[in-house]
Amino acid sequence: MSLAAQVLHLARRSVIRTLRQPANWITPLVFPLALMAVNTGGLDAATNLPGFPSDSFLAFFLAFPFIQGALFATVNAGVDLARDIQTGFLNRLALTPMQGAALLVGHLGGVIAMGVLQAIWYLSVGLLVGVRIESGVAGTLVIFLLAVLIVLAFGSFGALAALRTGSTEAVHSLFPVFFVFLFISSMNLPRNLIETDWFRVAASLNPVSYLIEAIRSLVIVGWDERALALGFGIAIALAIVGLTLSSLSLRTRMART
Amino acid sequence: MDRAIEVQGLVREFKGGITAVAGIDLDVAPGEIYGFLGPNGAGKSTTVHMLTTLLPPTAGSARVGGFDIVKDGPAVRRTIGAALQEAALDPLLTGREHLKLQLALHGIPRSQRPARTDELLERVGLRLAADRKIGGYSGGMKRRLDLALALAHRPRILFLDEPTTGLDPQSRSALWDEVVRLKRDEGVTVFLTTQYLEEADVLADRIAIIDHGRIVADGTPGALKAEIGRPTIEALPADGTENRALEEILARFGELQPSTTGVAVRLDGQGDLADVVRALDAAQLRVADLHLHAPTLDDVFLAKTGRSLEGSEEPSAPEAP
Repeated sequence: MSLAAQVLHLARRSVIRTLRQPANWITPLVFPLALMAVNTGGLDAATNLPGFPSDSFLAFFLAFPFIQGALFATVNAGVDLARDIQTGFLNRLALTPMQGAALLVGHLGGVIAMGVLQAIWYLSVGLLVGVRIESGVAGTLVIFLLAVLIVLAFGSFGALAALRTGSTEAVHSLFPVFFVFLFISSMNLPRNLIETDWFRVAASLNPVSYLIEAIRSLVIVGWDERALALGFGIAIALAIVGLTLSSLSLRTRMART
Repeated sequence: MDRAIEVQGLVREFKGGITAVAGIDLDVAPGEIYGFLGPNGAGKSTTVHMLTTLLPPTAGSARVGGFDIVKDGPAVRRTIGAALQEAALDPLLTGREHLKLQLALHGIPRSQRPARTDELLERVGLRLAADRKIGGYSGGMKRRLDLALALAHRPRILFLDEPTTGLDPQSRSALWDEVVRLKRDEGVTVFLTTQYLEEADVLADRIAIIDHGRIVADGTPGALKAEIGRPTIEALPADGTENRALEEILARFGELQPSTTGVAVRLDGQGDLADVVRALDAAQLRVADLHLHAPTLDDVFLAKTGRSLEGSEEPSAPEAP
């Protein structure tokens, strides 16, 4: 059986697993939008700040659900992989002619499928409540592409945690860490309008800021080459690092001869 | 292929200098059920993990189905099926979905998968539960599905690692029947680890007893028991004052043994239970109780290791991953 066919079977299993755990798909679909509604209600006045890049805080904040949704999908998928290790299901797979790469790619394929579903949902809700995508249809497709890349990058770190520790608890503990990165970013304000120095510096050092800003630029600006280059560059770099480390960990974890 | 499994000097050490398997040698003939008996932590699962290519050995060599477990891992995996100690199933998938995934990953053509799935479900008695999620299966059902998954690609050699641990007697008996059928009808070689003496005694053509990572005895169950000695007869006189007379009669048949309840003799081959009964009858000596105690595998284990296998635990070696 070809690698692609193996990947397809394992990705299908990953999607089935996700769909059969409602908390794993309801939470990423509902919670980020709920937080967006709360923040938009509370911080709408921020659009009055001189230099704020949009008249609509909703449009400004629409990038946030993509990142938070990616975190949910990542942790849930990491937990699933860790559970496979804990229950011995990984050994069952290892006893088949399955290639190691198929496990990782198939697993991440399920995460990406979830990421696509989420992206469609967030964009649909955004459009329904009146957000206009300044970059047009082509920009919307680029948002999808970037969202998938971000899910892949984050997902590879979820897989890494699962493969390194083999513990669902350890993967769960990643969530607060990721959340800190999310909140110490430019999610609520553009970096140039953050007046607290340490926060502005931290947000500028935080790669998550650039992922948010790349999606945001497509929504409220149009085509901002610099923001897109940084966003895509960081997402690709994170994906490469995460996938490389995950592959090495998989080799150790699946030490079959 | 002379031997289904050949093992020479196999060693597995873990971090911290713990030696789980300390240099074992064994041979398993094609079509044989080979019992690998030992207490928890003796090295059974670690051996299975090495022979199924899931764990590289630290030293030694082994060939499974004619393939080297280190150099020819993929070929070994194509040849074997394995149901490991934990029935590793996905609680969110159904039995049928498990089989479909397993068949697909083994490269069984798509057109053959539905029929093979139904055949396997039928064989392990899970046809009616096929479309239920595993989370709702009993322990016995999970073990049966585990076996079906191990058989999906028609392996010539089957590894069963403590397949009946935790099962009720009915499920255990059903699994034993299936193992016997596999050997009898399909000529499958079965490497069966167990900590249950009865299981090894009933199923295995040959047995190896492993303790502290070393094989301390191997052979057929009958030969191992015969090696230990002859049966013992224990009698309890109906009248407690006749112990002495009972001893005199039983002593004719062998060497008297210590007994907490009556009089015991290890038969020396001069007679059997019927002869003893006839002698007691001739002497008009009535007994309240009479037992023939044949050597068991636990007696073999006791003789080889100095302790009983029943309830024995060896916590020192780590679990195989």
